[in-house]
Amino acid sequence: MTDIRSYESGAAAQSAAAEPQFGDYVALLKPRVMSLVVFTAFVGLFVAPVPLDPFVGFCAILFIALGGGASGALNMWYDADIDAVMNRTRRRPIPAGRIQPDEALAMGLFLSGLAVVMLGLAANWFAAGFLAFTIFFYAVVYTIWLKRSTPQNIVIGGAAGAFPPMIGWACATGGIGIESLLMFALVFFWTPPHFWALALFMKEDYHSAGVPMLTVTHGRAVTRRHIFAYTLVLAPFALWLGLTSVGGPLYLAVAVVLNALFIMGGWRILRRDEAAAQADGYRVEKSFFRLSLIYLFAHFAALAVQHVLGGW
Amino acid sequence: MGIAHEHDLHRRRGGRNVGLGLVLAAFVALVFGLSVAKIRNGDLMQAFDHQPRASVLPRDPAAPVAQPAAPQAPAGRASP
Repeated sequence: MTDIRSYESGAAAQSAAAEPQFGDYVALLKPRVMSLVVFTAFVGLFVAPVPLDPFVGFCAILFIALGGGASGALNMWYDADIDAVMNRTRRRPIPAGRIQPDEALAMGLFLSGLAVVMLGLAANWFAAGFLAFTIFFYAVVYTIWLKRSTPQNIVIGGAAGAFPPMIGWACATGGIGIESLLMFALVFFWTPPHFWALALFMKEDYHSAGVPMLTVTHGRAVTRRHIFAYTLVLAPFALWLGLTSVGGPLYLAVAVVLNALFIMGGWRILRRDEAAAQADGYRVEKSFFRLSLIYLFAHFAALAVQHVLGGW
Repeated sequence: MGIAHEHDLHRRRGGRNVGLGLVLAAFVALVFGLSVAKIRNGDLMQAFDHQPRASVLPRDPAAPVAQPAAPQAPAGRASP
């Protein structure tokens, strides 16, 4: 009754439109980012040499995803001021006023603890510790420390997104292998060109938020050079993975084709100047961004299919 | 005592409450399923409860294996 009286007296001044719905809490967990976490962690677990009970594996992936979502909620709590400025993020639950920042913080901390403990019980405590470290890395090292202080934020912070396949692998094996390290490297070196391509055609957002993206601090020509350089660094790791126990002819074929396309895309970005890019509405940059999404998905899908096919 | 008059607040929070209820029910089902899977795989289900007991000690491969006692001959009837 107290709740309703305070509501009617106007103490709870939330309007009907600002009342948080269940979907707002789901949005706090960044479901789109979570889908990448789920997919890469699943492949890491699936291709590991130690089989895991399917239901235990399902639970492990779910708790890794929950941990990823919890770190997303912590990110939204800390970055609410930036999110309110950027067009891409201003409709998120906190800047839109539907969820209070403290509520997001509490939810992020609670779900982080829950995900780590449940992963420890479902799989093993090494994987659980790895998940805890990943959440810490994303929420503290990337969000609180690096994102606002260095243009290399994407590079180092990208490690947080690269850990899930290693966690999946650790769930099955209880440790780390060269294969899981190469899966980490694949996501880690893929992240900078992916986000810098986005920054090239979303420049107004990062400028107005004051986030020190490379495009803001060092200019767009330097960013283009960095994109191309990372496509060159990425390719050997992608191909090396094909020569390990989880690789094979199918994966190698996919890796060769996609890395050739990725390097060509990076080269085209490098060769363009800003005037040409503005003239055609950043067509090449947007196309490279789309290719980067396909690139990562296809590499991990090829690993999974290769595992099913065996030596083929 | 139940709520006699349903306020607009209850209706608007209804979806959220149903969602949370479903999440909690799914969590219970998940923990149950996980327990079944663990037991089926033969995992140890006992935790340390601050009282040492033989069943949670690690197996010593060098320890002698207890042999079952040799079956004794059925006792004959005492001759008269």
